[in-house]
Amino acid sequence: MAYTVAFWILATLCIGSAVVVVLGRNAVVCGLALAFNLVTVAGFFLLLNARFMAFVQVMVYAGGIMVLILFVLMLFNIQDEEKARMPRFFQRYLGFLVTAGLMVLLFAALRNPEVASFPDRSSEFGTVAALGTELFTKFFYPFEAISVLLLVAMVGAVLLAKKRL
Amino acid sequence: MTVGPQHFLILSAVLFTLGVAGVLWRRGAIRLLMSIELMLNAGNLAFITFARQFDQAEGQVYVFFIITLAAAEAAVGLAIVIAFFRLRDSSDVDELNLLKW
Amino acid sequence: MTDLLINLLSTAILLVVVVSALMGGVAIMTWIERRLSAMIQYRLGPNRVGPMGLFQPIADGIKFIWKEDVTPRDAHGPIHSLAPALAMIPALVAFSVIPFGPEIELFGRTIPLVLVNIDAGVLLALAAASLGVYGIVCAGWASRNKYSLMGGLRAAAQMISYELALVLALIGVILVSGTLRPVEIVQQQAGWFTNWNIFGGWQLLGFVIFLIASYAETNRLPFDMPEAESELVGGYHTEYSSMKFSLFFMAEYVNMITSAALVVTLFLGGYQVGLPASMLPEAGWALWILQILAFVIKVGFFLFLFVWVRWTLPRFRYDQLMNLGWKRLFPLALANVMAIALLLAFDVIKR
Repeated sequence: MAYTVAFWILATLCIGSAVVVVLGRNAVVCGLALAFNLVTVAGFFLLLNARFMAFVQVMVYAGGIMVLILFVLMLFNIQDEEKARMPRFFQRYLGFLVTAGLMVLLFAALRNPEVASFPDRSSEFGTVAALGTELFTKFFYPFEAISVLLLVAMVGAVLLAKKRL
Repeated sequence: MTVGPQHFLILSAVLFTLGVAGVLWRRGAIRLLMSIELMLNAGNLAFITFARQFDQAEGQVYVFFIITLAAAEAAVGLAIVIAFFRLRDSSDVDELNLLKW
Repeated sequence: MTDLLINLLSTAILLVVVVSALMGGVAIMTWIERRLSAMIQYRLGPNRVGPMGLFQPIADGIKFIWKEDVTPRDAHGPIHSLAPALAMIPALVAFSVIPFGPEIELFGRTIPLVLVNIDAGVLLALAAASLGVYGIVCAGWASRNKYSLMGGLRAAAQMISYELALVLALIGVILVSGTLRPVEIVQQQAGWFTNWNIFGGWQLLGFVIFLIASYAETNRLPFDMPEAESELVGGYHTEYSSMKFSLFFMAEYVNMITSAALVVTLFLGGYQVGLPASMLPEAGWALWILQILAFVIKVGFFLFLFVWVRWTLPRFRYDQLMNLGWKRLFPLALANVMAIALLLAFDVIKR
């Protein structure tokens, strides 16, 4: 019961902030709305009992990536333009059509009347130990690869943003 | 009505569609980046839902990698936006036409 | 159903206790800061309002409530008003995972004295700390003021940089304790005080790094650049007055109390008294009150340390600050993690 109430409240907040991100006028307000959206999604992770991933999401996504985006927005005073400028009349509504079509497609694909509720979970679902075991045994090579990727991204970002090489 | 995997998946679909709408409607580079983060998030939600449904930790490991990738991508994307902003004083992606002949 | 109700009731009571203790602690901290700084600077502190100036926080509160709330005309209204709340909320949330007392037995139930007993508790405190950046960034930007913006962005950059050293210093503790749950980390430090993580858990270097990083996280001197009065007029809270300013003020003190409590929980044994169980009274109210008192005394010592360092050391320049965070603390914290991991792998440290 409390679960359902929590889910619907979080869902409203999540979709509301996502709409603000897409439709908002001020770029910084959009950034803050996106940060709020990320925190609500972390709330969903908590509802699904993935505790470690919820806090990692808040720490990295909301607390790192969004701060970075807000930083760039505020320091460079980037005023984002409004809507996309489409050359022809027909193409102006193409975006709307594609979006609506995508939503219908996804709804049709994801509806599954057979699976009504979640099965029982083992007690180690969502713990750090389970995740760590998987990460360091089965996903060892991707783990090392992603460290190299982060290094490359860091070097690349510093080089690209420098005023003089 | 109990909340089942369907609810989470439909929510993830709605988030994803909103992200796609943002990418198609927005011109500013940083707004595009934010809409892309929305889409990645929707994928994260779907992954965790399936991880919970099949009681595995694999879905969470995927989300771990997606979050890391999103961080790297945001950093590099913002660096590109900054570099371009210094040149053209605008973040409009329609003006990213330096290589056009 | 009754189980759920009793859980809810105990959580509600704990919530009231924790929040009132935190807010009371903030009020006491303002008094302590002013009297202690006066002692260090060889002058008298507030001594008019009540005996030894003890009612000064109340007078301050009344002043803040009655002061005029000035908002600049060009400021972004909603975010300008939201920023103090954004600063306060993570500060309060971060305290929820800290066990301020042992497991007490009340009406036949065992209740650990912690608000949120989740198994990734340390991560929740870290996540709340990383969300604390938003209040400052929003305040700096929404004020439409060059000084505020620069102050806000500098503060954000400083907080993000020192978060790295903070988390890495914590990893040492987690490696030795083997768990992310603060209640278990504290329970593992029972017995003689040499069992505390700072001594027996080989975490002395981690403790020092964590302490320095938490000074930077809470924007306290010597990492005071964002609110430096002489350089930036007031930093990110230049354009704030009355209750909104006092919210920032209180948020900083709550952050201080939370940082001190985290240090105590992770490195100094939390509510453990530091004596073996044979020398302590039997499990009962005597023991529990002793342990809660031990926690309060330890946190009080670290708060005293916060104030002492503030009024002793000069302020870092911004580039010196970033230099320290990235080039000295971060590699040191990495080396600490590697050393602890090696020592654990070769069985020098036994879990």
